[in-house]
This record gives sequence, C-alpha cells and structure tokens, in this order.
Amino acid sequence: MPNSPAVEIVGLVKRYAGRAVVDGLDLVAERGRVTAVLGPNGAGKTTTVECCEGLRTPDEGVVRVLGLDPLADAVRLRPRVGVMLQDGGLPTGVRALEMLRHVASMYARPRDVAELSERLGLGSFAGTTVRRLSGGQRQRLALAAAIVGRPEVVFLDEPSAGLDPQSRRAVWALVRELRDEGVGIVLTTHLMDEAEDLADHVVVVDHGTVVAQGAVADLLAEADDRTLRFVTSPGLDTVALTDALARVAPDGTATDVREVAPGEYLVTGAVDPRVVATAASWCAAQGALVTRLTVGRSTLEDVFLDLTGRSLR
Amino acid sequence: MTGQTAATAAPAWRRVVAQALFEARLVLRNGEQLLVTLVLPALLLVGLARTSVVALDTQGATRVDFVTPGILALAVMSTAFTSQAIATSFDRRNGVLRLLATTPLGRRGLLAGKVVAVLAVEVVQVVVLGTVALALGWRPDVAGLGPALLALLLGTAAFTSLALLVAGVLRPEAVLAVANLLLVLLTVAGGAIVPALQLPGPLGDLARLLPSAALGEALRAALLDGTVATGPLLVLGAWTAVLAWGAARLFRWS
Repeated sequence: MPNSPAVEIVGLVKRYAGRAVVDGLDLVAERGRVTAVLGPNGAGKTTTVECCEGLRTPDEGVVRVLGLDPLADAVRLRPRVGVMLQDGGLPTGVRALEMLRHVASMYARPRDVAELSERLGLGSFAGTTVRRLSGGQRQRLALAAAIVGRPEVVFLDEPSAGLDPQSRRAVWALVRELRDEGVGIVLTTHLMDEAEDLADHVVVVDHGTVVAQGAVADLLAEADDRTLRFVTSPGLDTVALTDALARVAPDGTATDVREVAPGEYLVTGAVDPRVVATAASWCAAQGALVTRLTVGRSTLEDVFLDLTGRSLR
Repeated sequence: MTGQTAATAAPAWRRVVAQALFEARLVLRNGEQLLVTLVLPALLLVGLARTSVVALDTQGATRVDFVTPGILALAVMSTAFTSQAIATSFDRRNGVLRLLATTPLGRRGLLAGKVVAVLAVEVVQVVVLGTVALALGWRPDVAGLGPALLALLLGTAAFTSLALLVAGVLRPEAVLAVANLLLVLLTVAGGAIVPALQLPGPLGDLARLLPSAALGEALRAALLDGTVATGPLLVLGAWTAVLAWGAARLFRWS
C-alpha cells in the first residue's frame, strides 16, 4: 500500500450514548499535504481524529491510515503515525526533555532530540517539570513528541492553542518542512488564519459531517468574491439598503446587508463599483456620515460562518 | 525518502524496560511516594521491632522476625496498590495513557511497563527494608526465600490489579482518598502485620479472606518457618483472578 493516501475515511459514524457525534463523514488526506479539519466546537473534529489514531472504535464506516486499519493493524501502524493530543497527554511530574527522550526511546531511529529541541525552542525549559510549563511550552513539547519518531502521518489536534506569535511561527515552519518531506499532516483547528495560511486542503466539518472541502483558494472562489464593509451611524434600515442595492446590482446577482456590529455594516455578494456608489449615496440620503469604507475579498472566516452559522453553541 | 527514514519501532522489550524505568524513576523521585513506599514501612518496622507500644503475640519468635514479613506485605501494598493507583488515575485524566497508547509502546506495552516498574520499586524496597531489618537482628529462614518470592509476586499481581481497577473507574480525587484509606485499613485491621487470628472477634475471621492477610500470612509462614502456606496463596490467587477480570472489563482509558 505504498500509494494509499495518508488518511481515507468513508461513512464514519461515531455515537456517544446514542447521539451521533460523527455522522457519515467522508475525508481523504493526501501524503505531502497539510489537511485542516475546520469546524466549530463540538463539530466532531476530535472524535474523527481519535478514530484515526486507534483511540476510538467507529460505530460504522471505514477508516484507513496509510492503507491500514488503525485498530486491526495497530502494531504496524503506530510507529508510522505521530499524535499530538488536544489535552497534551504529558505526565506532570516529568521534566520536559526527559519526556521527549522517553518518547524517542520507543522508536528504532528517532530524530535527534537535541536538534528537535532547538528547533522548537525547548532548551529554555528542558529541565522544568511539565507541571510548571506554560500552555505554549506544553504545546511545543507535545508537538516534538508527536514527530520525534519520524512519522509518515501526523495528527495535530488544535496545535496552535495557547501559542504566542513567535512559537506559532516556529510550529508552522516545522509543519511546512514536514509536508515538504512528504509527511501527511492532518490538523484540527478553529483558527481561520491557521487553516488559510498552512493548509493545502480544508475540510469544513459541522454536526459530524463534511459541509465543504477543497483548497482554500477554491473555497474562497466558490463563495461571494467581494465584500464591502463600512462604518456609519448605527441602526440604519438594512432592508431598505438591500432593496436599493438590488436595483443597481447586475442581473441575476444579489447582495446581502448585515449590521455586524453597532454602526458597522457588511455587504456581501456581487459587489461592483455601482454597489459601492449606491451604498455611499444611500447613507448620505439618510444623513449618515460614512467614516470608513473598505472593499475586500471574502475571508475564510466569512465562508466558514456562512457554512456553519453565526450563532454561538 | 521513506526508504531511508521510514519509522520503525524499538524492540518490544526495550520499550517495556524504558517505560518501567521511566515510571520507577518518577516514583523514587517523588517525595510523597517515597514517604508511603519507604519511609512509612521503615518507621513501622523500627517502631514495632524496638518498642512494645503495640502488643503482639509473636508465638515465640523475636519481634523483628515476626514483624518483618508483615512490613514487606505493607511495602507491596503501598507500591503495587496505593502508589500505582494514584499515578495511573492522574495519567488517565491527563491523557498520558492515551498518548502512550498511540506510540509504539501501545496499551499492552504500557501495562507491561507498569508491572515491571512496580517490581523494580519493590526490589528497592526489599533491599532497603531488608537491610534495616537485618541490622535490627532479623534472621529469616533461608528455606523460605523461594516461597516468600512466590508470595510477593502473587501479592503484587493481586494489588496491581486492584490498583488498575480503582484507577480505571474512579476520578483521581476519589482514587487519592480510596488508595490511602484502604492502605491504612488493610495495614491496621487487614491482617498484614498483625495476623488475622489475633484481631478481635469476627474481624479476624473476615480479615483472613482479605488479600492483605493472605499476603502477610504467606510471608510469615515462609520467612518464620520456611513453609509454603497453601491456603493464603490460594486466597491471593483467587483475588488476583477476580480483580484482574474486573480491571480488564471496567478499565476506561480516558
């Protein structure tokens, strides 16, 4: 199975107490690619990844990692897969570098611990017990433990949680380097910039199933390609503005206006020069002074919120 | 690239030994664990052998000869049960068990590593406590060393199973309470040091069926008289079977 994808999931279902947390999920992650599984809290990201890691037994569906079954072929698979858990999984009484050396001792040809520790800046807390590490330090140590065995597939569950900007850059650079070496990387995240900057392939998951997937550029192209954002008096009649914009918008297109924060309005859809001019003059007619107006591309966050809804859960 | 750097696991025995040394080091470095596994048994040994604060019917033996087998039973309980239960329950909460299960060590290797770690700490305990006892005048029956080793191994199996059962089911806070409380109860009233038959009334009959009394009795028979105590060893075997079955059925990894 040398050419099988890093991860292949077909029709995965996982229930807790009768409730399906993952509900018919399909996913393919290639080797040499960073695949981001993006979704709100409780969407089923972690459970999906845990089924790939052999930590949970699927109720239905097929999971293959490097063409192997994570449960039946666990002994063959474990040396080839690196895992970074969301809660770290590091014993609290052990010193940082001692832990990394210990995990390295499970492999026949681990990476050089000193070199890896320097790459991730572990040296400054090498002798500190895990209990006393900051969140970001723990994350970096957990990442080092995930890749010390030279895995062919790496699962990273929320790798950037708690990282300061410098650490995040170091982590991202390392992930890119692994990808360029041919390692398949699957990461879960709810950070848009992480998915946008790092991922070759984004899989948006909600309610336990895939709602969209593709390259970041494709996802953005599928979505409304431009947005108009302006700041003026709060409480304007967005329905009336939507009607006004509909009269000038090109045939067969529509725009949508929302007051995303008091006094801050977002127009999405077919934003063209006439739409911008109409919005500005409509505000003038209401006696509202526009203090800021920007036209931009949709971000992955806009796409994500459109797909998964804006309400808190 | 894969041809050169393809990941492979270290040999199974090396993984288990690495895990065992890793866990044993953590126990021997932790102050509270040292207190329970070495300092407390040593203090009890000296106190019981050198003073008559606790009245004991030593059946003609010297106090140190009579007390030392029970202290070794206590040492096994503290390491195989109390210390192991607490460590495993916190490792379970912190995701350590899950993380190590994804490395080449796997769940079986993790379990094997724990058992070897317990045995390694027990070797340290036997050496330290044995040396203290010898210095106090302990003269064990050499013919009983084999049977004593058998009793120690069976006792370790029973109490490690109990540790995993408790750690795999209860929250760490509850494990902390149960593991310490049970150790005190089994030591004082469980027939480990004071033989079950010398305990007051029905408590004695009840205590004879406990693994603590069985372990203490088997060790006393071996080291005092050089004999194999079949009954207590059978009781230990039965406890091991039941507790291991329960742990295998009920243990939750996360």
